[in-house]
Amino acid sequence: MSAPVLRLAGVAKRYGGARCWWPLGQRAAATTALAAVDLDIRPGDAVGLVGESGSGKTTLARIAAGLLSASDGSVQWYGRDVRGLDAADRAAYRRGVQYVFQNPQTALNPRRRLAAILDDTLRGLTSLDPAQRRERIRRVAAQTGVDTALLGRFAHQLSGGQAQRVAIARALLGEPRLVILDEPVSALDVSLQAQILELLGELRARHGLAYLFISHDLAVVERLCEHICVMHQGRIVEAGAREVVLGEPREGYTRRLLDAVPRMQT
Amino acid sequence: MSTDGSSAAGGSGRLAGPLGRLRRHPGALAGLGLLALVLVPAVAAPVLALPDPALTAPAQRMLPPLSAGHVLGTDHLGRDLLSRLVWGARASIAVGALATLIAALAGAVLGLAAAWLGRLVDGLVMRGVDVLMAFPYLLLALAIVAALGPGLANAMLAIAVANVPFFARAVRGAALDIRHQDYIAAARLAGHGEPAILAREVLPNLAPTLLLLMTTTLGWMVLETAGLSFLGLGAQPPAADLGSMLGEGREFLTTYPRVAVLPGLVILVLVVGINLVGDGLRDLLDPRWSPAGSSAQRQGAKADARRVAVGGDAGDAEQPDGLPLLSVRGLDVDVTGPAGPLSAVAGVDVDLRRGERVALVGESGCGKTLTALALLRLLPAGTAQRGSVRHDGTELMALDDTALRHLRGRRLAYVPQEPLTALDPLFRVGFQIGETRRAHGTESAYATAALVRMVGLSAVPDLLRRFPHELSGGQRQRVAIALALAHGPDLLIADEATTALDVTVQREILALLRRLCDEQGRALLFVSHDLALVAALCERVLVMYAGRIVEDAAASDLLRQPAHPYTAALLGATPELGQPQKTLSVLAGEPPAPGARVSGCRFAPRCPRVQPVCRSAEPELVRTGDGRRVRCRFPLEDGA
Repeated sequence: MSAPVLRLAGVAKRYGGARCWWPLGQRAAATTALAAVDLDIRPGDAVGLVGESGSGKTTLARIAAGLLSASDGSVQWYGRDVRGLDAADRAAYRRGVQYVFQNPQTALNPRRRLAAILDDTLRGLTSLDPAQRRERIRRVAAQTGVDTALLGRFAHQLSGGQAQRVAIARALLGEPRLVILDEPVSALDVSLQAQILELLGELRARHGLAYLFISHDLAVVERLCEHICVMHQGRIVEAGAREVVLGEPREGYTRRLLDAVPRMQT
Repeated sequence: MSTDGSSAAGGSGRLAGPLGRLRRHPGALAGLGLLALVLVPAVAAPVLALPDPALTAPAQRMLPPLSAGHVLGTDHLGRDLLSRLVWGARASIAVGALATLIAALAGAVLGLAAAWLGRLVDGLVMRGVDVLMAFPYLLLALAIVAALGPGLANAMLAIAVANVPFFARAVRGAALDIRHQDYIAAARLAGHGEPAILAREVLPNLAPTLLLLMTTTLGWMVLETAGLSFLGLGAQPPAADLGSMLGEGREFLTTYPRVAVLPGLVILVLVVGINLVGDGLRDLLDPRWSPAGSSAQRQGAKADARRVAVGGDAGDAEQPDGLPLLSVRGLDVDVTGPAGPLSAVAGVDVDLRRGERVALVGESGCGKTLTALALLRLLPAGTAQRGSVRHDGTELMALDDTALRHLRGRRLAYVPQEPLTALDPLFRVGFQIGETRRAHGTESAYATAALVRMVGLSAVPDLLRRFPHELSGGQRQRVAIALALAHGPDLLIADEATTALDVTVQREILALLRRLCDEQGRALLFVSHDLALVAALCERVLVMYAGRIVEDAAASDLLRQPAHPYTAALLGATPELGQPQKTLSVLAGEPPAPGARVSGCRFAPRCPRVQPVCRSAEPELVRTGDGRRVRCRFPLEDGA
């Protein structure tokens, strides 16, 4: 079996618990957002992370992307703790793990043109010259179905579906190995959701991408991911192959979640 | 979330640019006029052929206006008043503007540092700011001038320092907000360092806030400068600004009032002008601002009292029990666009029977929310509705506000999407339930305890003494439903009432709504974007596309065999649990925006079954054999 792209080993996150100003030195109560989570993502894997709000999905994803630091445990990029990476590996990790946010309108700077946002991203991640950057942006835009004529606009001048395509394009610019998708279709209508899901499937096949796909919608996760982790109150309560977790769930919580999904065939 | 047409209209309004909208903002235009009156001569002072403002001529003291060579006369030292006013205004404006600039820059640096450099810096900066704010600003400025000595430059510095806390606080707040935006995280993911993020991501977003604060403060600063000069701490003779002129003229207030009144007037005009421009700028930079406001809505409502549409085939004309509970005919909703009203909802004809559960589905921007609000005549400002809405025989469009308010709540009730914003965060749940129960003069249909029991909250300890934030999302939604039920309405209108909730909670709320309607014979209009969800709750489904009802059918028929291609596309695009291999039908493109020109059927540009004739004229909503209504020339049929 190939080595995981990213491994979370005993990752925990606690908030609060800092020393107070007053009474001096006393500690505030801490809340645990994430309790000792282990997760491996192998090359080309699509791992679905499901659970209800407050279960720690986004915290986990942000730690995996390096946007948050863990209180405990380690995040390993190809077997090495990301905190101990040298400059070159650190840059590779930065390029290698990208993130797509739920709401593309807030994930794209409202006061900058999309072309500038994409160009900046590429400048930050690579040392390509301007001509190469233009070429790469053109190519990725074509793959994600973004009309390059739109790139002269601002995010608010795009529809939600178009903006999410731009956000996905941005995530792909640095040729990542793992893309973390945090509810990427939840803000979209079903017709756009179907378009984006199809796009994500295509991109994964074409680039051999690994996905960490977060969603509260089990039907969406089921379509895209072969592996599913169910989160509840900061822990992964059940994990395994799609057919097993959704077909023969062992945990009561997973069963409750499955039962609650509205179905069209009644 | 479906803010529907109004947001689309705001978006396109922003395209037109703030400058384009300036013409329709009378306040800002008036402000610009007043400002120009003072600003133009002040800026042009050196090139205007004015006498030296400091040139004294004791022989010519207190000349009346329109004297030879002195249009506004002279003051007690024989100096030309007009010249002094123009040069004085120049000094006042320059000092005010410079003080604003200094305060804004220093405040921005401090605020940004507080927001960005971690808790220690934040604590130090903000406590320092608190200390400065503990002194009244004038006292602070006086103390600074007292230490530095009087003079215009020192007065400016004093005013700037006294206003730094204001800017620091505002910038810190704005920067903290920006800091948590996803695009900042995205910039970090692109490997950019903090200086680059500050320069490229934060500053452009901070600039409008800062600009706005500066314009709204400028007038204040001019006034403060005048205040210090009036007290003799600012401009020193022979130089003058408006404040010191006012101070000098005060001695002659009874004998020669114009010497003091004229600079006072100039200050007034200047400050009012600046403030009007500042207010205008705030409106114009806000993409949601619309010049038409609620007047369009009032006109719309008035027009309707006269133009109540005639019948039409709307669902169930032959009612088993007489009148339908709610009867809507020819309902149109227009939203205000940059170039006049845009049609967002058009020609909605529908009847709701007593006790019927009906869903209104469609993609966002199709007019679902506008339609739901129009049924309650609760549309926001900048929209207008026409047509007829009859509830139990009463024409809502003909009711005045008081009668309407009585009908809403007592007979018609609304359950919002996000109960956290619908409940008042400052009042306990018990108080809010009690207030709603007493809202219509008479005692409500149910006692508080009965309401709490009905929505299944009896088991929550101390429910009535809790604040909304102390409840979970599901519990809050139950409280919102209890409020809606208080007066025993016969129609509940719920707009995406479960969208913000987790699936397990959503399921409970759906069961609750269903039970409440079943047991008490209450009708429900459930607005949602989720077909799978409404299938579990409603008996009948109305599908909306681009402001039109395109299909109206029993839920089971609709799911088994959709007739309109749009309904079919929606169903085909919905992923279903347990069927990961189902090919999702991908409906290309997006719905047309309100007011967009589409010739013929509005779905034609996206329709997989489109024929040339579809683009010629819009099809009617026609009744088919099995009691459905479809707005399509070529509906899908069984086996098609």
